[in-house]
Amino acid sequence: MGFNHKDIIGLQGLTREEIQLLLDTADNMKEISGRDIKKVPTLRGKTVVNLFFEASTRTRTSFEIAAKRLSADTINISASTSSVTKGETLSDTARNIQAMKPDIIVMRHAASGAHHYLAQRVSCSVINAGDGAHEHPSQGLLDMLTMRQKFGALDGLTVAIVGDITHSRVARSDIFGLTTMGASVRLAGPPTMMPPGIERLGNVTVCTDMREAIAGADVVMMLRIQLERQGKTLLPTLREYARYYGLNPQNLKLAKPNAMVMHPGPINRGVELSSYVADGDQSAILTQVENGVAVRMSMLYHVSGGELPTE
Amino acid sequence: MNLLIKGGRVIDPSQGIDEVLDIVVENGAVKELGAGLKAPAGAETIDAAGMIVTPGLIDMHVHLRDPGLEYKEDIITGTKAAAAGGFTSVACMPNTKPVNDNKAVTSYIVAKAKAEGLVNVFPVGAITQGSKGEALAEMGDLKEAGCVAVSDDGRPVTSSELMRRALEYAKGMGIMVISHAEDLSLVGEGVMNEGFVSTELGLKGIPWAAEDAATAREVYLAEFTDSPLHIAHVSTKGSLRIIRNAKTRGVKVTCETAPHYFTLTDDAVRGYNTNAKMNPPLRTADDMAAIKAALADGTIDAIATDHAPHHLDEKDVEFNVALNGIIGLETSLPLSLKLVEEGVLTLPALVEKMACNPAKILGIDRGTLKAGAVADITVIDPKATWTVEADRLASKSKNSPFLGWEMKGAAAYTIVSGKVVYSRS
Repeated sequence: MGFNHKDIIGLQGLTREEIQLLLDTADNMKEISGRDIKKVPTLRGKTVVNLFFEASTRTRTSFEIAAKRLSADTINISASTSSVTKGETLSDTARNIQAMKPDIIVMRHAASGAHHYLAQRVSCSVINAGDGAHEHPSQGLLDMLTMRQKFGALDGLTVAIVGDITHSRVARSDIFGLTTMGASVRLAGPPTMMPPGIERLGNVTVCTDMREAIAGADVVMMLRIQLERQGKTLLPTLREYARYYGLNPQNLKLAKPNAMVMHPGPINRGVELSSYVADGDQSAILTQVENGVAVRMSMLYHVSGGELPTE
Repeated sequence: MNLLIKGGRVIDPSQGIDEVLDIVVENGAVKELGAGLKAPAGAETIDAAGMIVTPGLIDMHVHLRDPGLEYKEDIITGTKAAAAGGFTSVACMPNTKPVNDNKAVTSYIVAKAKAEGLVNVFPVGAITQGSKGEALAEMGDLKEAGCVAVSDDGRPVTSSELMRRALEYAKGMGIMVISHAEDLSLVGEGVMNEGFVSTELGLKGIPWAAEDAATAREVYLAEFTDSPLHIAHVSTKGSLRIIRNAKTRGVKVTCETAPHYFTLTDDAVRGYNTNAKMNPPLRTADDMAAIKAALADGTIDAIATDHAPHHLDEKDVEFNVALNGIIGLETSLPLSLKLVEEGVLTLPALVEKMACNPAKILGIDRGTLKAGAVADITVIDPKATWTVEADRLASKSKNSPFLGWEMKGAAAYTIVSGKVVYSRS
């Protein structure tokens, strides 16, 4: 089967087969990154625009490396989200970039739904590199790839996701992807960070206590607390957050003995994760980063038609 | 101009009439209702067979954007849209530029509407100066210049003390206070109803408690000051429970809802549809059911559109930066007639909510077909079917979530002071 979507806006709505295909291709792409000459001509002559309205070093770099390993020409544009208030609308930005005839736009934007908006207005492919609190499909895929590599399959896995679920696009993409692939998801976090109805998104359980969520879990995914977003009303202090919702060697023992610890990064050390856990044997954080490049190569490859260029 | 409106089903709840009758209009006033009436000399005859004839519909909550925001709408296009929708009168909210918080602005609106408007325009002045919620506006002057109510619509009066004084002061001036009941600290940066859909779309939510908590405050202040109060655009089950309860205690509270709240739910936001972004936000199926029940049991007194025109550029943006509001004047009647089809309201009850009650609440001499009354009349073709198309809307703005919808029912004739200002054919 092929991947017949112009864009990848989110993991919601993708079928099991499509996700499987993206992951299988990523596995193959990973081999390229291990070569001496890390480059294949797959996207030669294609132009990939990295359009980042929100600061992000690792995701942007990861997409850029992915595109370059496939021989695409990449252009990075950093724009301020406040350009809207300065007068240039996303619609104008889209039209301008479209006029330069790129093949793929990789965009990050602070507004949920911005990619949905863009994809309807440009003829090239759009890949979502994070939109507000909506989706972050490349992160979801790299998380799944990392789990699949360790456990062989996603079916039947129990994944605990802990932290600020409300503002997390990673949580949503993980939930959509994992539940489609047959895993079950348990969520935990302060009720101030748990959005209503989240359990209706799939095979999702909301736990009031973090220990309940990680008990017997195969994977513990700790979300980043976005210090700039929490204001003063969602949690009293980081100290208390770390005490009740942080992962440390003690509560990690509640998970399965071979459980994998994940984090989308960047880590607030001593808040979501104690350094013992972040740098410990069970941590897959750097593998996640490594897999990020492979997954993004797979995404770029599939939206561009998934075919080798004709000479 | 003299008129004979012949053989229509006349529904006038103000006189308890629901029968096939003729109406004679002379010199801008209703002269006579009866069977087999003769046309007065030089009269035009409207054949209303198969039609419904009602007191002119009144939309007590619209935004005409004039003065200051005429790129969205102005008094001419706004009243044209009203006429096309079957409305003979509209009450326009004060959030213009400048804010209608003084008699100069009120006088401008009244004069322009009189000179160029197609339907009656009753301005609503501001509760506070500049609608800033800091000091009371000159309500006496506003009333004298022609305002029929005061409201800081779109901007809740956050200070409870100031709201208390506004209710007391307005009572002294004999002018109605209309409240936009919303606790802004609970709204925060919310852009849609807080619930499953906002969770799925990753959009910031506005909890129903933001409306309920504010409604409760307003109701208690109205009770405490023994002043009449009207709550605008009610959208939640909880607000209706509070208002219903207050009414049984004898609190002088009335309220309105808008057609979108009994037609759409927050599901309409899916796809990040900015034409489904409004304030208060579209709620859930549960709230929609409560609104229908409250229309049926009389808790909701009026249907108003909150007609809120916005330019395409203000809606063709990311959802979170799109402006709130939709136009409603031209779709209100068919959407409301659906309530009759669904058995929520009888036709006379619908006419009460769209004509008689708004007149009563605002204290204007409209909403009736009694002999001698101003001949503001709406002739409705209940069978007309049509599609909502942007380029056929009279409103300057096209921000409607109903574009492309099939509608049943339309105004066949809109008559203001005995003059036909809109005819469908």
